[in-house]
Amino acid sequence: MNIFQIDIIADLMLLIGSAFIFLGALGLLRMPDFYSRIQAGTKAVTLGAVALLIGVALHQPLWSSKLLLIALFILMTNPIGSSTLARAFMYKNKMHKKKYKDINS
Amino acid sequence: MQIVQIDAISTMQFISLLLVGGAVLLTLLRFLIGPTGADRVVATDVAGVIATVSVALAALFFGSALYLDLALLFGVLSFVGVIALARTMLGGRR
Repeated sequence: MNIFQIDIIADLMLLIGSAFIFLGALGLLRMPDFYSRIQAGTKAVTLGAVALLIGVALHQPLWSSKLLLIALFILMTNPIGSSTLARAFMYKNKMHKKKYKDINS
Repeated sequence: MQIVQIDAISTMQFISLLLVGGAVLLTLLRFLIGPTGADRVVATDVAGVIATVSVALAALFFGSALYLDLALLFGVLSFVGVIALARTMLGGRR
């Protein structure tokens, strides 16, 4: 394949990744609920980050091992962080309901 | 006088930089107007991922591979901070 086409494909991957990151941040701002906010803010941003790192790796092929390490780290840790956050929010609401049960009912 | 040498960037790279900057602004807005503390923690998580990716973009545009170690460091510290904030939200050891 020609070098020129690889450059254009890399720019396209950068554009796709940044568009997904922007849409994820827009969903984080516009969603009405906490759980839908955490869903929009984590999944779309993870996909955008991985696509953008692929774009950087297509521009500079010598850096691809370190970029693969960063992408694997984001793919492993970002769902763990969001799951921990949702679990903490759920337990906090449950503890709050149990504490004020006689007032609510 | 020019301190940092930057190559000429194409139009698509310029648009992608604009979109990443807009994402940072929207995340900061959610951080400012978030009704509960949990929304602010989610905004911190998203801002950490965007910081990691934008440091990798800085490595591309400055043409230096030293920034990639910095991006990995940003990712690790953001993950540890989000886990610590989620533990703090429950109030103590759990």
